[in-house]
Amino acid sequence: MYVAVKGGEAAIANAHSLLADRRRGDRSVPALRLDQIVEQLALGVDRVMSEGSLYDRELAALAIAQARGDLIEAIFLVRAYRTTLPRFGYTKPIDTDNMLVERRVSATYKDLPGGQLLGPTFDYTHRLLDPELAAGGDVAEPLQRETEAQAMPRVSAILAREGLIEPDGEMPQDHIPGDITREPLEFPMARDIRLQALSRGDEGFLLALGYSTQRGYARNHPFVGEIRIGEVELELDVPELPFAVPLGTVRVTECQMVNQFKGSAKAPPQFTRGYGLVFGQSERKAMAMALCDRALRATELGEDVTAAAQDEEFVISHSDNVQATGFVEHLKLPHYVDFQAELDLVRRMRAEYDARENPVKAEEKREAAE
Amino acid sequence: MTAQPKDIATYNFAYLDEQTKRMIRRAILKGIAIPGYQVPFASREMPMPYGWGTGGVQVTASIIGPGDVLKVIDQGADDTTNAVSIRAFFKKVANVAVTTDTASATIIQTRHRIPEHPLTAGQVLVYQVPIPEPLRFLEPRETETRKMHALEEYGLMHVKLYEDIAKHGRIATTYAYPVKVEGRYVMDPSPTPKFDNPKMHRSPALQLFGAGREKRIYAVPPFTEVVSLDFEDHPFEVQTFDQPCALCAAENVYLDEVILDDHGGHMFVCSDTDHCEKRRNAPTSPLWGGRAEGAGGGLDQSTPHSTPTPALRADPPHKGEGKEKQ
Repeated sequence: MYVAVKGGEAAIANAHSLLADRRRGDRSVPALRLDQIVEQLALGVDRVMSEGSLYDRELAALAIAQARGDLIEAIFLVRAYRTTLPRFGYTKPIDTDNMLVERRVSATYKDLPGGQLLGPTFDYTHRLLDPELAAGGDVAEPLQRETEAQAMPRVSAILAREGLIEPDGEMPQDHIPGDITREPLEFPMARDIRLQALSRGDEGFLLALGYSTQRGYARNHPFVGEIRIGEVELELDVPELPFAVPLGTVRVTECQMVNQFKGSAKAPPQFTRGYGLVFGQSERKAMAMALCDRALRATELGEDVTAAAQDEEFVISHSDNVQATGFVEHLKLPHYVDFQAELDLVRRMRAEYDARENPVKAEEKREAAE
Repeated sequence: MTAQPKDIATYNFAYLDEQTKRMIRRAILKGIAIPGYQVPFASREMPMPYGWGTGGVQVTASIIGPGDVLKVIDQGADDTTNAVSIRAFFKKVANVAVTTDTASATIIQTRHRIPEHPLTAGQVLVYQVPIPEPLRFLEPRETETRKMHALEEYGLMHVKLYEDIAKHGRIATTYAYPVKVEGRYVMDPSPTPKFDNPKMHRSPALQLFGAGREKRIYAVPPFTEVVSLDFEDHPFEVQTFDQPCALCAAENVYLDEVILDDHGGHMFVCSDTDHCEKRRNAPTSPLWGGRAEGAGGGLDQSTPHSTPTPALRADPPHKGEGKEKQ
């Protein structure tokens, strides 16, 4: 009985010590170290950093180990820690034009300045389970070449020169970017707030919504203008200093979708944009985010809002997996007080129904009960 | 990347940092100034999941001081697992005194019940709220429901209650039964059974409501009118039980059904475990029998089965009509 009368405290403590035991598993197997997780489960670490909104590989690795590999639980652990951290300031916007690029692909041009760089990708791997990996064989060093000084302009900038794509979107001069971790969400929201929410949104949820737009629920004819993954520098303005102070670099994935648009009463025919940016390496998430961002701009571009992916309240209210998992799982908390109230009501209504529909049987039942 | 996992767990008194507490206190003060109005606040992630009382925990963390005595109940009981967990949390992060005794607590955090023992001035009742918006299941959009509150447009709710009567012969809402606060805002009392609604009316205690996931705080200041919505010909009624508590023989308290065997055997016992224990231990205490009057156990000493709160007519709603009848 999990709603224990006295002894609940001991039951909880015992459950947690059993959890610690199961987390460790067979003691004859070496325990995972955090650096092993950081190095060898890097994409899981990236997802936890991205949806946990905290760029710290070690803490993400700790969270993954503590959560027994349950990534949503790990994201939750990171969020709960992150929220206690003081806020020193806001960095200047990152400049992805000057990214130290490891991977960059464009689907809209065969070749372009800076070239196509495949980088470390699963694409074109044949998904055949690899027995050698299980045997723990050595891995050869990859080929490397000198970095080229060649600039790598973003595809959206190339398109913009012709005036065929909408501008990047301007915020008013005095606009202060919102912060969804410090202010309550209010609808309708500005795009900066929306993008923040999408960036920490659940990968699976955004993936499904993005997929739904491709299948015709708010189709917006997307092309991957460009995906780039690499390191960008962070800079902070410090009041006493006349220049921005570099803080270090973070690895991000950026996706610029280019979407066909036939024009509406509000905007001329042109290519429109959908934007995705996430911590670490996660193309799937960045692409899904870009599809959702574009779909959510329906009202701004004068399109009819007909599908779930275009509905800001629907998408943003349900995209946070920490909120979603908490509320879904709270159903296992005791609800017997409310259930009692419903039970009482259903019993009364059922007795009335039986008396009305089948008076004889109801009478027999009552006698039997007595 | 330099963080040493060993150094990370240092937290402020009652977990939240002081800036966050100030932000939450401001929301609470605004809520008290506008009874029943849902104040948006920048809810934080807490070390327990959303939906498990994060709103209530944030409110409690913002108002608790070292001298406070905390009681935490879930389903009326002090020893349900989540209540135990939240109580242990505050014991750990705020090192405050905790109690199960309703009368000696200064702050009571609750989920789904209001204690049977009457609350007194100076006590604070903190409710954990899952969905703060009483109109949510009638209108899913926040942009719409905020407008409806602003315009005091509650027709939809009255229509829903009316349709219940037309279809089922009664208002088929048994918990989270909507109330009108100080003649203005329709409010969700959190999923307490409607049995507890009368206890909110003119309570001498301060009642604070925290919804963490939905990022809303609202309040009912002491001695505020809290009227359950109803119709003149279908007055609000609380649940009644055919039998007293099988353990302490209390009547007119809320009971839980406990299944005894698989042949349909069951008994009814007090949902408020502290109340039940006190009665069993000290049958001569003033509690014994003294709480048998007043359906729902409110301050109002009307006879059981009658309407404990003034009926607020839906059609046409005269403002303050309920008050005149008091």
